[in-house]
Amino acid sequence: MSARETILAGIMANQPLSQKLPVVRVNEMIQYEDLVSQFKIILEAIGGACLEVKDHEELDTILQELIKEKQVVLNAINPSQTLVRQLQTDSLESLASIDMAIINGSLAVAESGAVWVSEEQMILRILPFITEQLVLVVDRKNMVSNMGQAYQQIDFSEIGFGAFIAGPSKTADIEQSLVIGAHGPKKSMVILVG
Amino acid sequence: MSSQANFTHAEAAEQFIADEPRTDWHDDTLWFVREKRDKAAHSLPEWEQLRQWASDIKYHGLSNMHQLLVDFEKNAIANGIQVHWAVDGKEHNEIIYKIIQDNQVQRIVKSKSMLTEECHLNEFLTEKGVEIVDTDLGERIVQFRKETPSHIVLPAIHLKKQDVSETFHEHLGTEKGNNDPQYLTEAARGHLRDKFIASELAITGVNFAVAETGGFVVCTNEGNADMGAHAAKIHIACMGFEKIIPKAEHLGVFLRLLARSATGQPITTYSSHFSKPRAGQQMHIVIVDNGRSRQLGRESFRNSLKCIRCAACFNTCPVYRRSGGHSYHTAVAGPIGSILNPNLDMQANKDLPFASTLCGSCSNVCPVKINIHEQLYLWRQEITKEGMAAKGKTFAMWGMSEVLAHPAIYRMAGKMGRWVVKHLPFLTNNGMNPWFKQREMPEAPKESFRDWYLNNKQK
Repeated sequence: MSARETILAGIMANQPLSQKLPVVRVNEMIQYEDLVSQFKIILEAIGGACLEVKDHEELDTILQELIKEKQVVLNAINPSQTLVRQLQTDSLESLASIDMAIINGSLAVAESGAVWVSEEQMILRILPFITEQLVLVVDRKNMVSNMGQAYQQIDFSEIGFGAFIAGPSKTADIEQSLVIGAHGPKKSMVILVG
Repeated sequence: MSSQANFTHAEAAEQFIADEPRTDWHDDTLWFVREKRDKAAHSLPEWEQLRQWASDIKYHGLSNMHQLLVDFEKNAIANGIQVHWAVDGKEHNEIIYKIIQDNQVQRIVKSKSMLTEECHLNEFLTEKGVEIVDTDLGERIVQFRKETPSHIVLPAIHLKKQDVSETFHEHLGTEKGNNDPQYLTEAARGHLRDKFIASELAITGVNFAVAETGGFVVCTNEGNADMGAHAAKIHIACMGFEKIIPKAEHLGVFLRLLARSATGQPITTYSSHFSKPRAGQQMHIVIVDNGRSRQLGRESFRNSLKCIRCAACFNTCPVYRRSGGHSYHTAVAGPIGSILNPNLDMQANKDLPFASTLCGSCSNVCPVKINIHEQLYLWRQEITKEGMAAKGKTFAMWGMSEVLAHPAIYRMAGKMGRWVVKHLPFLTNNGMNPWFKQREMPEAPKESFRDWYLNNKQK
């Protein structure tokens, strides 16, 4: 017998009588009246930053400001934008030199400070992880209270890769002392538009 | 796979607590993590409901495991993922080695996977002359030191920053005596970035595998799993089969519980959902049994397979906090490890179910409501039935049951005990009495409760 058959036969022989799947009632999960302020509180508590802008014009102004004095910026929102110095290649060595990546997120979750980013939005899967600083841009109307609601909005049939990203990368592996900037971004900001 | 330990939990714990300030630090630090977990749990009014849902979804999964695995495999293959099956740790290691050989790769990075620890993958590959770089900071520290993780979430929690500083000075050339965690982490970041960029193959664990989508989720705070998986041209994800959940929507329950239970965070920094390999990449999943199907058949112990590896039971356990992870001589320590490991090898791990006070705190914090302390108690009975309990314990239990079965002997024994503690304290306050180690013996009361009750009843 192959390993597959051995394992599946062992499981078939040993698994208990089927028990029904519970119905997860998302409407019983926590709801926040003020999604933006809850999101901000949590994101700041986990080392991230949050900005609100009223429209795309103001977003452009803010982004101009943010990329000042940055050597290499990858703008995944509008790759043709002239103000951005583009990478010559997408070799890992050159990706590792990115100072800032600006990426769209499709969903912001108030309870956790997390933003859902799909593969299409990242352009390159490694981009939100390898960049020194990460800016995620989310439409303000795409906010939900909790992770239960978030999963109702994600269609996995279309997705090769996607991630919830909550704040900058961090570790506390040395004596439980929190250090921001483990392997991924040292700074992480979410801009809510609208 | 059996552990090679030639010491018992109690013997190793005795060594651990010999350093009192360090023991206190370990105890306090883990209790602090437990308190953060409480705060996070209390922030959600539906917390108890979430635990119940999680527990019930997992039980549904255990009771439909065959179908869920078949579905998962079908969907994963349709997504372009290569699926492998391993009966035990040896097969798991051989599958990985074969992929390494077939692709002729040399530079390999690995993010945290307790399964690969359970299978002793690192030792196996080292013997074959293959170097593997652990990329989780805590795991890299213990790897440099030729140790194993002492905690499944906080692998280097047994070390102080001076230890890390010395290790990094030796291996990374950091400044001698510079103990600043920021500085040390920065040094590891630079060192591991080079490894990521050069890596050809990345191994990760799996937190959840979704039958409905054929995809899987990996959670980290550091971002090391993603740096490895997205940089290398081959990604191998390793999972015990019990990581399966039915649907993606159930992640909305489990991801709400996992990080809150583990460290008190609302969610890990990265919750990465892998469904398909990226263009030009190979993606493999290795599904491992290694005794799990046997545990599934043990009615008293099958619920242990619900575990999502948050380590909340470690952090709350008064025995774990004061004995350290290495005392458990297994890849998964703590209360959950003490009910998983006797299934892997009862003889080698017969001491573990006794490394508990049975206080029940582990069961109270478990996000999937595993009755851990009850299972510890049940394992003790199994082990004693198999004639594997420590000799002294069996003899003491026999004596105890004789005394307790005969009220007159019980009263006599009580009287003798009180008299001895009062008049001949050296008989109990010596090294022959395990209860005297690290403890003061209590003062003996003048009379038993029974005598007191009889006297006062008459008044």
